[in-house]
Amino acid sequence: MSPTGKIAGFLIIIISCLAIFSSLISPYDPDRIDLDGIKQPPGIKHLFGTDNKGRDILSRVLYGGRVSISIAVIAAFISMGIGLIIGLYAGYLGGWVDTSIIAIVDLILAFPSLLLAIGVSIIFLSPGIYTVMIAISFVGWASFARLIRGYVLTIKDAPYIEAAKAVGCSNTRILFVHLMPQCLPIGLVMAGIKLGGYVLTEASLSFLGLGAQPPMPTWGSMVSMNRVYIASEPWMVLFPGLAIAVTALCFNLLGDALRDKYGLKTKM
Amino acid sequence: MILLLLGITLLTFSLTKVLPGDPVQGLVGERAQPEIIEKIRKELGTDKDIVSQYTGYLKLLLTGEMGRSLYTNRRVLDDILIKFPNTIKLAVGAMLIAIPLGISLGFLAAYKRDTHIDRFISSISIIGISVPVFWSGLLIMLFLSLKLKLFPPSGTGDIRFLIMPSLTLSLPAIATFVRVTRTSVIEIADMPFINTAKAKGLSIFKINSVHILKNVLIPLVTVIGLDFGSYLNGAVLTETIFGWDGIGRFTMEGIIKRDYPVIMGCIIIGTVVFVLINLIVDILYHYLDPRVRLYVSDR
Repeated sequence: MSPTGKIAGFLIIIISCLAIFSSLISPYDPDRIDLDGIKQPPGIKHLFGTDNKGRDILSRVLYGGRVSISIAVIAAFISMGIGLIIGLYAGYLGGWVDTSIIAIVDLILAFPSLLLAIGVSIIFLSPGIYTVMIAISFVGWASFARLIRGYVLTIKDAPYIEAAKAVGCSNTRILFVHLMPQCLPIGLVMAGIKLGGYVLTEASLSFLGLGAQPPMPTWGSMVSMNRVYIASEPWMVLFPGLAIAVTALCFNLLGDALRDKYGLKTKM
Repeated sequence: MILLLLGITLLTFSLTKVLPGDPVQGLVGERAQPEIIEKIRKELGTDKDIVSQYTGYLKLLLTGEMGRSLYTNRRVLDDILIKFPNTIKLAVGAMLIAIPLGISLGFLAAYKRDTHIDRFISSISIIGISVPVFWSGLLIMLFLSLKLKLFPPSGTGDIRFLIMPSLTLSLPAIATFVRVTRTSVIEIADMPFINTAKAKGLSIFKINSVHILKNVLIPLVTVIGLDFGSYLNGAVLTETIFGWDGIGRFTMEGIIKRDYPVIMGCIIIGTVVFVLINLIVDILYHYLDPRVRLYVSDR
């Protein structure tokens, strides 16, 4: 893998550790309201400053990372799972199943993903972290399904599949025992490529107020709620946004490196 | 494409079924007489089975009736017609910034391949797709408007109001255009017809501006068509930040207030625009790529 990809991967490990161990390393309770210390600029006591309720922004960014990254990762796994199964069936069965699945996939890929995610999240009337996961996966599975389907088409005539058929394996067995292990690695690579986009979608949805509800901190909702203070207290917006940008950048760099290494051609 | 439109209307239609409240009640208001409600029900076919309800819904949409906003009681279509030109202005502004800048930076990166300039441009472009537009928009607002006092921070109006949101919206687009231009220029520069052009003694400028640019435009138009959806995504966010009175902010306000007729109207309009853009892209191919023309006349 390219050196940039390695550095990006290393940074992702650091960011994930910061997010996972946020309860141990964050200097304050992220929800602790301190009305004597509101709108403090970044300093030794509060590295990233405090917000309009006196909550420590560094702690909130660390806790927010836990929510934002885990939503993106879980959404990627759900998308991969659904896409893998649908792609396997479409590629292996062919015929009208394949045609109709590809039609749906094209429909989803063609539509503005954020609008579609918004549409999905208003069906599930209460905004929250699960709504975001469902919304992202609802859009996300399509690109996995297309990739897996294409790959299945290339391997389904291989001799070992023919042999499996000859000994009388059922379709389900061929699909899940013989074909799925072949498809899993490229599914995982694709998940790595997609993660950066999912981090951004999660941030956009919570910026729009459709994600995790207050007081639970997420990066997107922090930018959204503090943006009225951009003129006087810019650090309230600067740091959560920087966290999104750096995380998405690392995931995108890693995604590019993975793409180059495994030669996957995908629509961004 | 027709399928896409049908799919989306089916989605919004099923939303009206899932959501609480009676759409007919929404159309006529709360104090309508039962007989009138019954009459409209007959006209729309909501007393019949689900399929004829759906066709009735489609009929209403075709006449431009999308219901009234639950809050302002204005017709959704009227509001959309007022706000839509603003979004178009924003999109055109963003493209006017993104296309020339993206193409020239992409050319530069391709010619200085594997040098520091190339690496610099490529890293800028990957940063461009990683930074969320709502954050870059706020930073642009902070520097250009609040610190340098060049532009008014937010609002709808003349070109002074338009520059910052267009700039914000163009950032991810520039990033994509740079990448596409760079890869296609590298690919095309090795092709035999470029060698022929060089052998004929054409100037470097002419080779670049005529032979290569024409071929770069084809994948670029494809990308603009494919990515148009993500610019609509961006428009929702940028318009919200800059208080630009377009469809994006309208959608957003609808979502915050749970104003369902507005949300559904915007989703449908978004889809229609998306389908139209794809149609335009297909027509553009016809002019840009002679192979498409040949293929059509062969049949």
